[in-house]
Amino acid sequence: MTHALRSLARALALPAVLFALWGLVSAGSKSFYLPPLHAILGVFGSTWSSRLTSDVLPSIGRLLIGYAGAVIAGVALGVPLGGRPRLRAALEPALELFRAIPPPALVPVFMLLFGIGTPMKLLVIVSGAVWPVLLNTIEGVRAVDEVLSDTCRCYGITGLTRLRVLVLRGASPQIVTGMRQALSIAIILMVISEMFASSSGLGYAIVDFQRAFSIPQMWSGILLLGALGVVLSLGFGVFEARALRWYHGQRSEHREGG
Amino acid sequence: MTQLLEVRRLRKIYEGHGRIVEAIGDLSFACAPGELVCIVGPSGAGKTTLLKCVAGLIAPTTGEVVLGDARVAGPPPGMAVVFQDYGRSLFPWLTVWRNVALPLDHHGAARGELRRLVDDALAEVGLADVHAAYPWQLSGGMQQRVAIARAIAYQPKILLMDEPFAAVDAQTRADLEDLTLRVWRRHGITLLFVTHDIDEAVYMGQRVLILSASPTRVIEDLAIDLAAERDQLATRSSPRFAELRSRVYEHIQRAKRAGAGEVRT
Repeated sequence: MTHALRSLARALALPAVLFALWGLVSAGSKSFYLPPLHAILGVFGSTWSSRLTSDVLPSIGRLLIGYAGAVIAGVALGVPLGGRPRLRAALEPALELFRAIPPPALVPVFMLLFGIGTPMKLLVIVSGAVWPVLLNTIEGVRAVDEVLSDTCRCYGITGLTRLRVLVLRGASPQIVTGMRQALSIAIILMVISEMFASSSGLGYAIVDFQRAFSIPQMWSGILLLGALGVVLSLGFGVFEARALRWYHGQRSEHREGG
Repeated sequence: MTQLLEVRRLRKIYEGHGRIVEAIGDLSFACAPGELVCIVGPSGAGKTTLLKCVAGLIAPTTGEVVLGDARVAGPPPGMAVVFQDYGRSLFPWLTVWRNVALPLDHHGAARGELRRLVDDALAEVGLADVHAAYPWQLSGGMQQRVAIARAIAYQPKILLMDEPFAAVDAQTRADLEDLTLRVWRRHGITLLFVTHDIDEAVYMGQRVLILSASPTRVIEDLAIDLAAERDQLATRSSPRFAELRSRVYEHIQRAKRAGAGEVRT
């Protein structure tokens, strides 16, 4: 327990120092565009409590749905691609091409095709966040242990049991790595999709405040996005620790065993 | 007596990267039901290739493997395999109990039956108290016991073991040999046991098939006329054991020299 507290203290130390520095340095700021930290924090509560249902929750909802879509699509495509070398060889050049397109560049296209509503925003998130999941799933499935695979064949373990017990679990360390990368990409794309022709969301609100010269409110939105990222990352850490308990356990066992 | 397993004129050639390797030349043998046959040969004799052909994991180039009355074209039902690399043949994300239960569960065993078979198998290998542990929390010898328990619970007609104790220490190895003999006797399984260890082959086997260097043939099919009950001390120190051991040893040495000669010319 003391160990956990100590590591928590170590993790929080630098952010706390940086925030304190920001507060001190900006305390006497007369700059219109760089308001003091206490002014930003002062408007934080009132700004976002009134925009909770109109901006904050819709953003988080789109983020989570788009992220889930990216994870499902990435794993669903990655499993057959990882398991079939010929299919992979045939599709890899096309995948490399699509991957090279920066997802924000697709926003105008998606707007033309799907309008400016929620479907467009979800597509933007999926189109960017799917790649790390897809590529890591392919690698993970390729790396599934040959002896384990032979074991499954010998015991006649096929179909869904094989998929669930061998392929997905065997590839899970790589899949989780891809999911972690995808999460930060999804947050970025959630904001970007809302900055174009939108009427709600955190990205929209930040642009809206900037245009209205509500500078402390604009900064408070950036702080909120940072906090959202930290919370999601912590939540992901809990998920990862549970899903990969065997993996980390096995690795530390090997290290101790020499 | 009708045979349970027949390997007929098996030949396996690997092609790839501009090289053709004849792993198995021409190999035939048979096992009667309930027999314990050890296969021993110099390293690189294609022992693992042979076992994988018998298991239906790879297809022979020519020849055939017949189990019961069916030609093996893929892993057949009623067959279990214990691999050398225990660290890679158990699922690290499943507990010991789930590892043993998985094949039965997949094939739809009833709850009560499943629990009884898994509990009994784990008790039989001396692991009744580690059901909830993960394989990587156990020593190498214990992990191989889990693999053996999984094979027992599956109730196979034939069990293949591919150098199963090559990676454990000598003391553990002796324990596992005796455990395997007890399991074989108790369940009346047909056991095909591949090893590179001459002493182990003679100690375990009713018959020892001595293989040549690659391209592999059977040099000799040696009946082991030791007492049925084997004992690590008494059996291994008996004069007959020493004779049989020397005989296998000479064959293997000759096979090695012949193999080395072929490579050099």
